[in-house]
Amino acid sequence: MATQTTDAGQAVGGAAKVGMPQLDFSTFSNQIFWLVITLVVIYFILSRIALPRIGGALADRAGTITNDLAEAEDLKSQALAAEEAYEKALGDARAEAQNINVLMRAEIQGQLDEELAKADAQISARTKEAAAELAEIRDSAKANVKIVAKATTKEIVAALGGKADAKTVTAAVIERMKG
Amino acid sequence: MATETHGEAEAGLVFHPMDQFQVTPLFGAGPVEWFTITNVTLWMGVSILVIFAILVLGARGRALVPTRSQSIAELAYGFIYKMVEDVTGKDGVVYFPYIMTLFMFIVVANFLGLLPMAFTTTSHIAVTAVMAMAVFLAVTILGFVKNGFSFLSVFWISSAPLVLRPILALIEVISYFVRPVSHSIRLAGNMMAGHAVIKVFAAFAPLILISTGIGLVVTPLSILAITAIYALEVLVSFIQAYVFAILTCVYLRDALHPHH
Repeated sequence: MATQTTDAGQAVGGAAKVGMPQLDFSTFSNQIFWLVITLVVIYFILSRIALPRIGGALADRAGTITNDLAEAEDLKSQALAAEEAYEKALGDARAEAQNINVLMRAEIQGQLDEELAKADAQISARTKEAAAELAEIRDSAKANVKIVAKATTKEIVAALGGKADAKTVTAAVIERMKG
Repeated sequence: MATETHGEAEAGLVFHPMDQFQVTPLFGAGPVEWFTITNVTLWMGVSILVIFAILVLGARGRALVPTRSQSIAELAYGFIYKMVEDVTGKDGVVYFPYIMTLFMFIVVANFLGLLPMAFTTTSHIAVTAVMAMAVFLAVTILGFVKNGFSFLSVFWISSAPLVLRPILALIEVISYFVRPVSHSIRLAGNMMAGHAVIKVFAAFAPLILISTGIGLVVTPLSILAITAIYALEVLVSFIQAYVFAILTCVYLRDALHPHH
């Protein structure tokens, strides 16, 4: 209770003449004075130190981000170029391989043809040789047949009691052998 | 005064919701002269220190990746800068430091006022009226300096039908001169009402010491109410500072571009 009465007394004696301290005009000059000082101080702190500093930091950051983005774009295009070059090299290598393949095939074909031709030539040479041998054999056989036939004819004629004249026998044998 | 008599009737409950707004000298008990160091001086000084801590010490690093305190400063800067740019346009950016000053002072003073035992400088008409009048005078003078007498076209709404224009002009003139009043009372009234309501509930809170029966219900309820209103006041503190700043921007836009 005691505190309450002192409070009430203070209120009556103090600022509460009008009920609301906000409407106590005797304090206005004091508030306005300190407010103006406060606002001026804040304004100078902000405009001289704080705002340029923060604005600078924000601008720096924006600049860095822009630069980084540009750099990233650059690197990206470099990577794309590298990929293109790689693709191109791959394509070239593939074409080269294709070329080598064709060349090799042609070379092998050529060798093959050559070998075949050589073999053919050998075969035909052998064949000719064999034919010649055969002909020789045949000729010699024919000659043998003539000799044998002459001898046989002479023997047969002799056996039959005739007298074999060499010339006639030979003529007869040749005559016979023609037929 | 009604509350005080009510308080005496309630057997020991002390209602002084408005005492917290009293301007008292810090040293001695003499009358409050214009230069007297009062609680106003103290809390305005504290707000200067807080602003210095947030915007100067906090942003000291200038790191590329901001630290926490640096991002608070940058957030405040970006928020107000963008608001000024959006509302007043590119040519209003020149006035950004003034609006930032007002906004930072109001928002910091509002939040400091929420500390227990603190004095809320922005709950006083004297303070808000000076700021509102400063804005009003600056904007009006700027309007005439920038636009000459064509600044008066801000009252002549050319998009309205011709018959209505004189009536609208009258309304516009009245509303123009009411601006500083509403601008200042909105802020002071919001701050004062919230703090007074908290104080009223705070007076109900110790009821349990007087009467256990009613107190069991009233005390928890009033503590809950204080908490709820305090949360609301945190929101109001920011919103009112924002409203004050954005209205300043709107008035500034009218001064720079008076043609609707």
